Amino acid sequence: MAFKQHSVLPGFKLSLGYTLLYLSLIVLLPLAALIIKTSHLDWAAFWSIVTEPRVMASYKVTFGTSLLAALINLVFGLLIAWVLVRYPFPGKRLVDALVDLPFALPTAVAGIALATIYAPNGWIGQWFEPLGLKIAFTPLGIVLALTFITLPFVVRTVQPVLQDLEKELEEAAASLGATRGQVFYKIIVPTILPALLTGFAMAFARAIGEYGSVIFIAGNMPYVSEITPLMIISKLEQYDYLGATAIACVMLAVSFALLLVINGLQWWTAKRLGRRK
Amino acid sequence: MAGGVNNAPRSIVTTETRPVRILLTGIALAFIGLFLVVPLVSVFVEAFRQGWQLYLAALVEPDAVSAIKLTLITAAIAVPLNLVFGLTAAWAIAKFEFRGKSFLITLIDLPFAVSPVVAGLIYVLLFGAQGWWGPWLADHDIKIIFAVPGIVLATVFVTFPFVARELIPLMEAQGSDEEQAAMVLGASGWQMFWRVTLPNIKWGLLYGVILANARAMGEFGAVSVVSGHVRGQTNTIPLHVEILYNEYNFVAAFACASLLALLALVTLALKSWVEWRTERLAAEDRRHATEE
Repeated sequence: MAFKQHSVLPGFKLSLGYTLLYLSLIVLLPLAALIIKTSHLDWAAFWSIVTEPRVMASYKVTFGTSLLAALINLVFGLLIAWVLVRYPFPGKRLVDALVDLPFALPTAVAGIALATIYAPNGWIGQWFEPLGLKIAFTPLGIVLALTFITLPFVVRTVQPVLQDLEKELEEAAASLGATRGQVFYKIIVPTILPALLTGFAMAFARAIGEYGSVIFIAGNMPYVSEITPLMIISKLEQYDYLGATAIACVMLAVSFALLLVINGLQWWTAKRLGRRK
Repeated sequence: MAGGVNNAPRSIVTTETRPVRILLTGIALAFIGLFLVVPLVSVFVEAFRQGWQLYLAALVEPDAVSAIKLTLITAAIAVPLNLVFGLTAAWAIAKFEFRGKSFLITLIDLPFAVSPVVAGLIYVLLFGAQGWWGPWLADHDIKIIFAVPGIVLATVFVTFPFVARELIPLMEAQGSDEEQAAMVLGASGWQMFWRVTLPNIKWGLLYGVILANARAMGEFGAVSVVSGHVRGQTNTIPLHVEILYNEYNFVAAFACASLLALLALVTLALKSWVEWRTERLAAEDRRHATEE
């Protein structure tokens, strides 16, 4: 890195040096260990581990349930943000604070609570049991847990954008004869779209890596309700370090890709909002 | 930080008809009730299902006490480490210009993108018996994996970005005029930091620390990989909850879980309070600015 320092402020070298050292020790070096360990495998061996039928089934479960949970939150997250920003109702501050509960509540607690509620004899599960619909210990249970865990993302990315939306635009459109539906699709949706997609991508990324809340409710049946992080754990429990590492590498690659997508979306959001000013 | 809450009614043309508003509010509240309130309430109901005495007994049992202690120790190490890192990283990034800055910010965010299970695994690969430094550590009789240091390391990793990502935008927005003035007037570096920088960022700092602490005390996946689950020795509260739950000891599991749920409620209350203070301070600043 090239240093351009015109500032009278002290501590640049010290603070940047410490930042880089700490970052390397805690994050970069351990992640490098993962990649180096994987490179001990030749391509064919790596490929056969990460495409094992049981692992392939776990990708399907992980991606399918994560996508569904993120979609549910795309719709309801927008609705919650909309109601919080636009409609007056009593207890709003409390509801607004409560939205962050999934960030504050440890995942294991969420996991056992949801597994108990949606079990066949649980508060909610008992109403679905007579209908022949099992929620806990099926992929449906995984979707529920992931929906809980990722609920705040879309709300928190869309809320500030809705807050700053200029009322004048909507008033102008209405005075020119646009219906509410037209205003929503032609003015509001295009403005909040980048934020909406950012929240969706963040929720999806979080859901893919999630472990604690899912394992209690998933039932963890091979080929049916095993998630990919669980495959890493079960390889580790069999002391198959190479197998665990190879699957972890796949997950890491997906995480990197999603991080890049999210960064891109955030840049788009900032640009879209900047242009409006 | 979350956007403000606005209860002022809007003009007729920019809102929906009353029935639509009531319907949408109802659906949103029902969703929050079903997905957030019911699970939260159920934790306490299950914990007290067989009365106060069993509840308290589950919390004072030796394994539970040792899990509580380990959780507190872990947070007491991990949070200050990341606090110092967050301050130094934000200082370098917000107050100086250098190449590769946005790449550095992306790297700092990286631990949020990595699955907790992978976060645990990377330390096993470094320090585990089969790992890079495993044999050396075994020769010197140092235990990191399946011991407390591993739990602390995994917790440091998952709480790594919290303070930094809260402070960087805040300090960038504040600029460095006040610090430069302090330096020009002859303050030492430390005087400038304690008297100018810290008072300016204290609320953002507190916000980051609250969130980091909640995650540190509640982390499950990463800690689960490195802990080894030795009862009374390497179990944090979340891991203790898992063991009890898998043994069908539901009352005790939910009793310990209720401690973590209380922690979550305190976290949310503190967080809302900090947000409310920051909003009020910002509003005061704006008022002063218009009066001048």
